[in-house]
This record gives sequence, structure tokens and C-alpha cells, in this order.
Amino acid sequence: MATVTFDHATRVYPGTERPAVDALNLHIEDGEFLVLVGPSGCGKSTSLRMLAGLEDVNAGNIYIGDRDVTDVQPKDRDIAMVFQNYALYPHMSVADNMGFALKIAGTPKAEIRQRVEEAAKILDLTEYLDRKPKALSGGQRQRVAMGRAIVRQPQVFLMDEPLSNLDAKLRVQTRTQIASLQRRLGVTTVYVTHDQTEALTMGDRIAVLKDGLLQQVGTPREMYDTPNNVFVAGFIGSPAMNIGTFEIKDGRAQVGHATVPLQRSVIDGLTEADNGKVTIGFRPEALDVVSEGSEDAFQLQVNLVEELGSDAFVYGDLLSSSADLHSGSSDQVIVRVDPRNTPMKGDTIHVTIQQGQEHVFGAATGERLS
Amino acid sequence: MEQLQIMSATPDSALLDLPWRLPLAEWPDDVLAALPRGISRHVVRFVRLDGRVLAIKEISELVAFREYDLLRQLGKLEVPSVLPIGVVTGRRSDDGEPLEAALVTEHLAFSLPYRAVFSQALRPDTATRLIDALAVLLVRLHLVGFYWGDVSLSNTLFRRDADQFAAYLVDAETGALHRELSPGQRSYDLDLARTNIIGELMDLAAGELLDEDIDEIGIGDSLVERYAGLWEALTGVEAFGSDERWRVAARIDHLNDLGFDVGELAITTDIDGTTVQIQPKVVDAGHHSRRLLRLTGLDVQDNQARRLLNDLDSYRAATDRQEDDEQLVAHDWLQNVFRATVRAVPRELRRKLEPAQLFHEILDHRWFISERAQRDVPMPEATASYVENVLRHRPDEKAILGLAPGEEDPEADHFHLST
Repeated sequence: MATVTFDHATRVYPGTERPAVDALNLHIEDGEFLVLVGPSGCGKSTSLRMLAGLEDVNAGNIYIGDRDVTDVQPKDRDIAMVFQNYALYPHMSVADNMGFALKIAGTPKAEIRQRVEEAAKILDLTEYLDRKPKALSGGQRQRVAMGRAIVRQPQVFLMDEPLSNLDAKLRVQTRTQIASLQRRLGVTTVYVTHDQTEALTMGDRIAVLKDGLLQQVGTPREMYDTPNNVFVAGFIGSPAMNIGTFEIKDGRAQVGHATVPLQRSVIDGLTEADNGKVTIGFRPEALDVVSEGSEDAFQLQVNLVEELGSDAFVYGDLLSSSADLHSGSSDQVIVRVDPRNTPMKGDTIHVTIQQGQEHVFGAATGERLS
Repeated sequence: MEQLQIMSATPDSALLDLPWRLPLAEWPDDVLAALPRGISRHVVRFVRLDGRVLAIKEISELVAFREYDLLRQLGKLEVPSVLPIGVVTGRRSDDGEPLEAALVTEHLAFSLPYRAVFSQALRPDTATRLIDALAVLLVRLHLVGFYWGDVSLSNTLFRRDADQFAAYLVDAETGALHRELSPGQRSYDLDLARTNIIGELMDLAAGELLDEDIDEIGIGDSLVERYAGLWEALTGVEAFGSDERWRVAARIDHLNDLGFDVGELAITTDIDGTTVQIQPKVVDAGHHSRRLLRLTGLDVQDNQARRLLNDLDSYRAATDRQEDDEQLVAHDWLQNVFRATVRAVPRELRRKLEPAQLFHEILDHRWFISERAQRDVPMPEATASYVENVLRHRPDEKAILGLAPGEEDPEADHFHLST
């Protein structure tokens, strides 16, 4: 078991100017499940491959425990890329499928058997050990692949989008299994995904990257409740946070017909570059539908109501404002409403932001102000 | 409502006739050419379409498009790999359930999966020849910046190439194309290859399909050695005194001999000019096949080309035409020797092997019977003898795929007995 530390670790691909990973500082605790997440090209896979030894580190260092592994060959780093290879061998028993890498390494037979049995117990595969893989279900075969990594008893597990080639159902199932298994094993794990839901559901902590720069690292709750900047705010959460940039008048942001009061500290923190504007975000569930004429309510024209049973979401346009307010990649505002009391398409609804539920960011920097 | 979409650089409307509304695993026997053997990660089926055999793999849309693009890029870089045909998305079953996307590739004609190679009566060095072919493929992939991520015998197809094999990449699912690979990427890929190959051989051994004397770990290690040797020969820096300039030409000859052309060679001298350093910067595989193509228009694999070129050289000497234009001699050899020989093989047997491979085997056979008869056996006689004594008894290798529809997996019986 070990910690993992990225210390100003930088990767610049030959022929490019901007680093793929730019001075990454990240300390992962012993036994922690850390998820690297971000859009494509953000540097998450490159960071993982730097840790694996598959990418050169152009500046800075990487440590596993106290050992500087920056220039150590991949196979000598005591790490395991899980699911790298999960073709199962039809003639070999499940036990041999799990233990063959140890056999290649010359581990004594008795020790191989012992390690395989321990892994099988954790993976609920004990009764299948002497069978052939053909007798296993899809999920069990995945666990055999996981077992291959476990029996090697590495210091760190690395997983690079391991679920991307599974179908949707198996993906959700395997997601839960990997997360609970990792907790039982207590092996430090670094997991890469582009899917923020996967990140939120699996990680002890999440590190969000964009353009090679670490944006924020924290627990799923911290990332959701107090995003450091506009990017993290828009990236974490599904449906995504509604975000728009508005004029400030008399200490209040002008959102359509309504105004949102701003804290004194926010007003004081504004600079010339903000040009009298502020960026405000609020999650779909942070809005209340109120009656016409309520104080601080703004109007939305309903375009679509999405009913999900336990929840319902209204997709609409902000009325009486030229400000660009929208959720994530959609061009609309999203409001969670009572699923037993939904408006109709074409209706106008009035909504207010629940007190204290707005996220305020500098219009120029995108950094969190309150 | 989402519609069925076929994205393809080589559109073929016959693709539309396939039963895309059914999950691949349920496709009826009458459209299938074969089922794959063993256990694979995804459902794969072979179908016959307009005289071609296509491999269809069910896989998530994202991965399907990625792999399609990678295979196209590898094709453009002239790395031996399967030809991608297209990606089928927007599939729905009759009751409206969405189905997984499908990647369609063209099955490589005359290729042999390693399980088929091992299940035939073998020359003792078959495993070594497969490993040699795989080492060449891996080096070529690494030279263009391709990290495979799951090198294995199962992800490779082998084609006979004179007395060697040539290896082709089949599965690029885990791969990525980089500008250049780092030593870490190369060594990790190689280490994975070694582990996978040993695992696959151990699996064959467990199924009693491998000779007991074969040392699985030794074969895995030999891949690492072969790879390292070839990589050094192709990319290593060589330093020598300035009075040994012949070593520049010798290096190029050596690379040609390995089947590579040197596109660019960096030559540097130290300040006082007493030592010279050379390092190949750009090397291209296919030295012999390019030369043969230029001379005769025949497009064959490199070792086959080497064999044919040797025969062309003997023809030139035997007909005493060393002074003639090489291209003219090549044209006559093509008509009078190569084509005449291939045509002398009965049509129904001719398609069992590629023409160049057929010609190579006839040359081998001629050598064999000439030695036995203690005289030079002419080509027509050698051809007739080869057809009667060898070719007639050989399996058809045009499309060795796997299991015929409805056929039980002979290896699967093994599972039923033991579970």
C-alpha cells in the first residue's frame, strides 16, 4: 500500500507548445480511490499514463510512497493496470486464469494458490475456481480480470476508462462492484473517466482537469456544493448547473425581470475587468416554482417537460433578458419541479433561487466569489 | 426516432441487407459464414457478402468509431492491419430496444488465426516463426507511434509469407496513435505482449493442443529478444572511425536484408572529423515487395517478393540477359515463368493459396525433387508433381475463419466435460 504524489509533474508532447499536463500537484492518500475526470483532451489519461510510466515526465516528479518513480520502468513500479487485458483463456481453469502472471514470474505454486484463493474469496469466485471461464456470466468474467490484478498485490491500481466498452447495464453493475471491491481491498486506486456521474458515484475524491490544468480536487460533496470555478460548476452534476452572466445594478444581479441580491464581499471583490457584471450559477433543484408576482422571481417559457417518475425537469427559456443563461451543453434553463404538479409546454412559470443556493463567480476570471 | 446509420469510406449497399435489427448473437445461420472460436470480449460473427468475408463486432458506439478511425490511419501508414469497412449505429430491435453499434472489417483472405496454425501438423519451428512475424509487426507499429495496449496472438492474424509468416493487426480497441512512443510505452507494450503470448501458449498447453516440449516462457522471452534486436538494427546509433565509411553502405544493406528501406539516414561527425555516427531516421518496411511491384506489378508480401526476385535473378542469369533492361527481363519472367506456372495449376486447386505463395511452394518442391532425382527438374514437371503430391492434400486456406454455423466448438466439449 502506498500514497501517490504528483509534484509539479509536467508532460509536453514533442512539437506542441502547451503542456498536456501542466505542473500537476496532487497527493493521493494510502488506500484512497481517486478519480481523474474531465472532458476529452484535459490531460486525465496522460496523468495516469505518467504515473504508469507510459509517458515521459518532462518536469517535476512522481512518487509512489516515498520512492521517486519518475524514471523507473513501468514494470518496476509495482502498479497494475486493471482490465488492460481481460481476454480469458478457455482451456485454463478460473484459478489458472487469475494466477498465470504469477506463474510466469516464478512464484511458488503454493503461494500462487493461496493468493488466488484469497482474491477469489473477495470476488465471490471461490466456488468457480476449478471451472472453465465458459461457465461464468459476463459479470463474473469481469471479476476474474480484476482478480488477475489483485493476485499481483500491487501498491496501486490504475484504471483507464475501464467501463467504456461495456454495455450500459453491465457498466452500472460493474461500477458498483469496482467501488465496493476497492473499499474492501483498501488498495490505492487512480481511476480515469470522462463521465462525471461515474466520478461522483465511485471516488473518495475527484480531481477535475481541463486543458492540462488541475481545476479542483475534493470529495464528491465538495465538488458539487462548492465548485471553485465556473468550469467545475458546469462540469459536475447532471443535469448541469444553470449558469449565466448578468449586469449588476445597485448591488443586485439583473436576472430577467428579477434581481438576485449579492453579498457585500462579492461586490467588494469585483474588478474593472468584470465590467460591472457577475456570473451566477444555480442547480436545477435550487429553484422554486412560485406564483406570479412573487418577489425576485424570474420568468421562464416552458419548452419541454421531462418526467422521470421520481423527478421532473422543465427545460425553458429565460424571458425578458438578453443574458445567456443555460445549463451545460443545452441552450436552455433546467428546473427540477414537483413530478406530481408539472406545467405544460408553452406555459410561463415563475421561479426563484432558494436562498443561499446561488453560486457566484467573477465574470472575468470565472473564479468563485461566494 | 434514430435511424440506422452506416458510416463507411467504401459504401456497399449490400450491407443494408444484413439483419441489423437482431442482436448479433441471434443472427440466423444462413447469413453467417462462421463463428469465432474461443472466448472473446465481444460478440463477433463472420458473414459472406459479395464474395468477401466480413467480420462484424458488437461494441459501444464510441469505441467503434475510435477503432474504425485507428484502423484507417494504420492503413494509410501502410502498417499491416485489417481493412475497416464501416460503423453501423442507430440499431434498434423490432420492439424498439436500442442495440449496440457494430464495427465492420474485411476479413483478411488467406490469413490464419494462431489456433488454426497450431492445430495443423507443424514444423517444429512454427512457434518461433509466428513470434518473428509478431516482433516485426510490433516494431513497425512502434515506429509509426502506435501503442497497441493489448498485443497478443489472438489479436493478430498470420499469413504465409514464403517460408515465414507475416503478421497483421486485427484488434485496435486498446490502441492509440502517438507522434512518437516513449521508451516506457514501448517497454510496457512489449511486456504485455510477452505476458499475453505466454498465457495463450499455456492455454493451448492446457487444452493439449501444444507439443509438450514447447517452453512457453522461452517463446515469450524470444519475442522480447527479437523485438530488441530488430529495434536496435533499425534505430540504433553506430559510431566508427572516418576511415571506415564502407560501414554506411553496410548498414543500409543490412536493413535492406531485414526487409526495410532507409528513407533518411542521419550522419554526423565529431569536430575533428575522426569519428562518424550514423542513425537511420526513417525506415520503411517492404524493401523487396516494393522492388517487385515496380518491376512486375505483382503486389505480394515481403518474403514472397524476396523469393520471387531471387527466381527472377536466376532467370536472368540462365537466359544470359544480364545486359538487358531489368524491367524487360522482369516482364518476360512474369509471362513465361510466374504466370505460366500458376496457370498450370488446375483452377479448382489454385485458390487454396495465394499465387505468390503457390509459386514459392512450387520452387521449394522443385528443389526437393531435383535433389532426390539428382537432376534439374524443369518447372512444368515440378508443378505437376507439386499439384499431385502436395497441393491436392492441403486444406483450402482462403477463408479459415472458425466454426461453421451450427458446428460445435471442439474446444468447447472440453468445457462440458470438466464443468
